[in-house]
Amino acid sequence: MIRFEAAIKLGAFAYEVAFESAAGVSLFGRSGSGKSVTIALIAGLLRPDRGVIVVDERVLVDTEKHVFVPKHARRIGVVYQDAQLFPHLTVRQNLLFGRWFAPRTERAIEFGAVVETLGIGHLLARRPGRLSGGERQRVAIGRALLASPRLLLMDEPLAALDDERKMEVLTLIERLRDGFKVPIIYVSHSVDEVARLASPVVVFNAGHVVAAGAVDEVFGPRKVQAGESRFARSSVLTGRLVGIHAEYGMSEIRHPGGTMWLVGAAGAVGSDVRVVIKATDVTVSTEPPRHLSIRTVLSGRVAAIEQEDGPLAAVTIDLPGHGHIVAMVTRMAVDELGLAAGRDVFALIKTVALDERGIAPAGR
Amino acid sequence: MFELSADEWTAVRLSLRIALAATAFSLPVGVLAAYALARWRFPGKFLFDGLIHLPLVLPPVVTGYILLILLGRRAPLGAFLADHFGIVFSFRWTGAALACGVMGFPLMVRAMRLSIEAIDRRLEDAAGTLGANGLWTFALVTLPLALPGVVVGAILCFAKALGEFGATITFVSNIPGETQTISAAIYTYTQVPGGDAKAWRLTAIAIVIALGALILSEIVQRTAHRRLAQFE
Repeated sequence: MIRFEAAIKLGAFAYEVAFESAAGVSLFGRSGSGKSVTIALIAGLLRPDRGVIVVDERVLVDTEKHVFVPKHARRIGVVYQDAQLFPHLTVRQNLLFGRWFAPRTERAIEFGAVVETLGIGHLLARRPGRLSGGERQRVAIGRALLASPRLLLMDEPLAALDDERKMEVLTLIERLRDGFKVPIIYVSHSVDEVARLASPVVVFNAGHVVAAGAVDEVFGPRKVQAGESRFARSSVLTGRLVGIHAEYGMSEIRHPGGTMWLVGAAGAVGSDVRVVIKATDVTVSTEPPRHLSIRTVLSGRVAAIEQEDGPLAAVTIDLPGHGHIVAMVTRMAVDELGLAAGRDVFALIKTVALDERGIAPAGR
Repeated sequence: MFELSADEWTAVRLSLRIALAATAFSLPVGVLAAYALARWRFPGKFLFDGLIHLPLVLPPVVTGYILLILLGRRAPLGAFLADHFGIVFSFRWTGAALACGVMGFPLMVRAMRLSIEAIDRRLEDAAGTLGANGLWTFALVTLPLALPGVVVGAILCFAKALGEFGATITFVSNIPGETQTISAAIYTYTQVPGGDAKAWRLTAIAIVIALGALILSEIVQRTAHRRLAQFE
């Protein structure tokens, strides 16, 4: 459990945030929204003007009672966006740095197990300067983990990586969280990452919390404006993987609104999976498509249309059963099709646009 | 021509001893001062910074005279140190070392401060979140990363101490065998008839030592650059 209440003024930036959640939580928001300040406050790198921070019943900060546990005594690990490895030490020395300071009785995490899970055994003798971005980040995660922290803070740990590495490291993070039982506070501005990790989400904007709850709730209609970019809107759908069609190399995922097709094997048959769909990849049709290459068609009803003076409109479609999907279309299309709330429509998704590497088993 | 006489040897040995002592004693204080200037915020920091740099801008004779006023045998502080700790500076080689240390100190602190300021503070933060307190962070992260600057600072201080003249001669005079350094000896030889050969030999030695210090600092800098290149 984490109870967090803090206010701090940093120049012109007024930060005032309060939330309470399980220790494993994702902090979501665009850059400058106050996520990183939250991390710095929990880690003890910043001192709030006023506030109370309690992690697992341990009071770390209470400005009224003049409590401020210094950063080295908090035992809270931090993984930064740019690794911040010690350049004068080898990978092995970096990994063992925090372990050496951890009390003997609390060294719960084994060196060998971490090195093996992260696949960094061949790097131990090297210096950080000779590592690639992905390798560096894996070492940084290992270093934080080996200090046997009570809580691990990850501040945009994938931001400096390319897409391939992102998926690879994200998979590792999931495996570590579940394997080593360390709660993770994960900071990101990416819907995909936050949806994939499936922890409760706290949404930040301009130094304040604007929404909080489970992934599916928070990324609902109209609740989140993640960024001004139309490419930033996504929706998350949960469906059951009912079959893998080997002859075409496709996975069939059943949702009450229709069938979703994915490239490759998306998981174990019979399991629930979570699919992230970018709003720009969704086409809206008023009749079932016939002569199109589109494989994934979901039927639903328009719940809301967000449009302003610009050329774009975001159409939220409620799907039968559960969930909804957001389609980014032009205002021209809305007018010509006569789209309005309450209208039955079909959401068309190009199968090749869905990233099968972002698929996560649901239900956590 | 290149045979040194006994008193010339004495001057060379004395110069090296004074410069080494000045550097060795300034080093820990210099590191602390450089760290304080680079990392801490405290009231009077501006004044502290100015005080450290004062010997750099004051005429050396003035610095020597201030030392004499403060630490001379009859000055309150000088008498106190002599009576209670047996430490005497005036007209001793230790006084020469002190004057040289004071003169070299600003150069040393400048080099060290720059190299500490160049270290990403987030590395120190990272060490903190991994459980290292301030002292450990300094010993394991800050100091090793600032080491090239620290070494360069020490070499600069050493070179300055070797060439110091004005403050030393004002504070501890020019006593052969006690406070007569290479510089003071050269000055003395140029003042007496027939001293040119001696002055010339000591000049050559001064050039060799100074050049040696420069080359050493260059080597340290280059090694540091090579290592830094690995960091990228």
